[in-house]
Amino acid sequence: MAAEKMALAKAINESLRRALESDPKVLIMGEDVGKLGGVFRVTDGLQKDFGEDRVIDTPLAESGIVGTAIGLALRGYRPVVEIQFDGFVFPAYDQIVTQLAKMHARSLGKVKMPVVIRIPYGGGIGAVEHHSESPEALFAHVAGLKVVSPSNAADAYWMMQQAIQSDDPVIYFEPKRRYWDKAEVDKEAIPGPLHTARVVREGTDLTLAAYGPMVKLCQEVADAAAEEGRSLEVVDLRSISPVDFDTVQASVEKTRRLVVVHEAPVFLGSGAEIAARITERCFYHLEAPVLRVGGYHAPYPPARLEEEYLPDLDRVLDAVDRSLAY
Amino acid sequence: MTESTAARKPRRSAGSKAAGTTGTKAAGTTGTKAGTGKRTTRSTRTAARKGTEPELVQLLTPEGERVEDAAHAEYASYVADITPEELRGLYRDMVLTRRFDAEATALQRQGELGLWASLLGQEAAQIGSGRATREDDYVFPTYREHGVAWCRGVDPTNLLGMFRGVNNGGWDPNSNNFHLYTIVIGSQALHATGYAMGVAKDGADSGVIAYFGDGASSQGDVSEAFNFAAVYNAPVVFFCQNNQWAISESNEKQTRVPLYQRAQGFGFPGVRVDGNDVLASLAVTRWALDRARRGEGPALIEAFTYRMGAHTTSDDPSRYRHDDERAAWEAKDPILRLRRFLESAHHTDEGFFAELEAESETLGKRVREVVRAMPDPDRFAIFENVYADGHALVDEERAQFAAYQASFADAEGV
Repeated sequence: MAAEKMALAKAINESLRRALESDPKVLIMGEDVGKLGGVFRVTDGLQKDFGEDRVIDTPLAESGIVGTAIGLALRGYRPVVEIQFDGFVFPAYDQIVTQLAKMHARSLGKVKMPVVIRIPYGGGIGAVEHHSESPEALFAHVAGLKVVSPSNAADAYWMMQQAIQSDDPVIYFEPKRRYWDKAEVDKEAIPGPLHTARVVREGTDLTLAAYGPMVKLCQEVADAAAEEGRSLEVVDLRSISPVDFDTVQASVEKTRRLVVVHEAPVFLGSGAEIAARITERCFYHLEAPVLRVGGYHAPYPPARLEEEYLPDLDRVLDAVDRSLAY
Repeated sequence: MTESTAARKPRRSAGSKAAGTTGTKAAGTTGTKAGTGKRTTRSTRTAARKGTEPELVQLLTPEGERVEDAAHAEYASYVADITPEELRGLYRDMVLTRRFDAEATALQRQGELGLWASLLGQEAAQIGSGRATREDDYVFPTYREHGVAWCRGVDPTNLLGMFRGVNNGGWDPNSNNFHLYTIVIGSQALHATGYAMGVAKDGADSGVIAYFGDGASSQGDVSEAFNFAAVYNAPVVFFCQNNQWAISESNEKQTRVPLYQRAQGFGFPGVRVDGNDVLASLAVTRWALDRARRGEGPALIEAFTYRMGAHTTSDDPSRYRHDDERAAWEAKDPILRLRRFLESAHHTDEGFFAELEAESETLGKRVREVVRAMPDPDRFAIFENVYADGHALVDEERAQFAAYQASFADAEGV
């Protein structure tokens, strides 16, 4: 079958549909995921086709959703849980950190936790408080969890397939402002491993590393820089835990400069870890310190200010200039 | 929707012979007063609320007498055909569990365990409910369900690894359908509910039972579990051992209503049972599991009992409760009352008790030996089972750790 052009949200929908079709143990759970199809319509039509027993509208209680998903996983099911928005995951944080992440180790490997937690995340949609956050570092910090975020429809499709097949809990961060971005999705193409980064644009002067919503921005930055005669390489990290440091390292050994971009606050964010690791690995290759562009150490601002808070073309170009000035 | 019958109608009239139930004498008098419709001050109302402490299901008095009460007939029917041999079995379970528990406390004192959470006093609640489970039922314990573990056939020495600090549990939950001990208070109530939702999806007729305590009843997860279980009509029994103390905090700090009454608000029945009465605990749990299996949904059992010991070996109850309280509960000891009944019914002879004593000592000796021989885990166990499918960072750090360890060998010229 030829590749088909579809929006990122639709790609996830199709991926969930395929999982429901191919494995009777796969369940969809969450608030409003049934009749409504989720507030972003990512689960649109699934309850109609697979029934209320497999596409489950849950009570409005995030800890309850994740806690019962753990119980269902113990019974042999593979729940795919939706948290409606990034800022609403915290009632479930205890279940995720103290139970979901640790159950496999606690049982010395006798219990597996194939649970996927989908979280639409990030800003840029003009939303009210708690609807625009990027809490991925809070999950990447927890051993036992895997954390991924696709940047485009094709990855969204395949990374969801792989996340559901994983016997480990996967936190799947969906870049909500890219839900409507379309790309070719080949449902027959066999993808590489889930936790590998990908060079999405080759360059020689500097490496931009990003994931999720910021990959598109970095590609735009690379276009703009090209007009000024700068050749930027863009790495789509795809996986936030584990990070594919080898791919980043190979890129930096070539370009000798690295800027990491994410919407999440810079302080103790993924960029901090990448900067530290790449400095250790590439110390003698680096021409400049690894720079980070991201959110500030302040609550996510009201929508009228979010453009000031979020990394944009100019802020990333500014970091590129600073790096190249060393 | 099934309402909590226990909450709606008193199981025994206030003036009737209150067969050893807690505080029922006071209940009789204050209850009557409150019933006259007199205007009461806040303090008397509180007293009345306390005084009308609800009746509990009891089938065996502290003096060891069978309670023949029409109000409890439905529950009693679940143990109507219990044989002397089964009764002796319950007695044996309780004695061996208490012996194991005492051994573990001693091992902590000797430095062999880092910590122990004793179940002393709660044997009847645990053995009664544990023996009500079927092999295909699934049990979600806290960290104090040593008696339930015993009923499920879990080797008691398996329970000690986490208290010795050689693992964090480690037994296979699926070999005995006995989940790992859960330390975070109340989390497992949701796991049990989810598991029960899975049982229902599978069309199986197994039951699931979640254990927790009076302290856990304050946790949001427990309320969420009640609600999910009710909404999905999940076959789960919530078994709350109200042992009166959440470390140093008494019931009054956890709840303004008797815990079993919480069920009513969620839409399923709640029952308070004498948790020091093994027969009543067995009967009520059988009743609850039975209706869960029939697709009638969840139930809450509040087993009214007492934590005779400290919260754990690190606790000092003398700072927050009086010895006379403990003494009052000693008179209601779960093992003693069954022994009295067995003896008066001539179900036992001296040989039985002597044999059991010998068996207890053998168990204690085995536990001692196994614990003392329990090796420290290999240092690389830190990196084992963090993930089922592996993780690059764990691999990298394991290799670094190995290199670091190996550097000592090089230094020593080994």
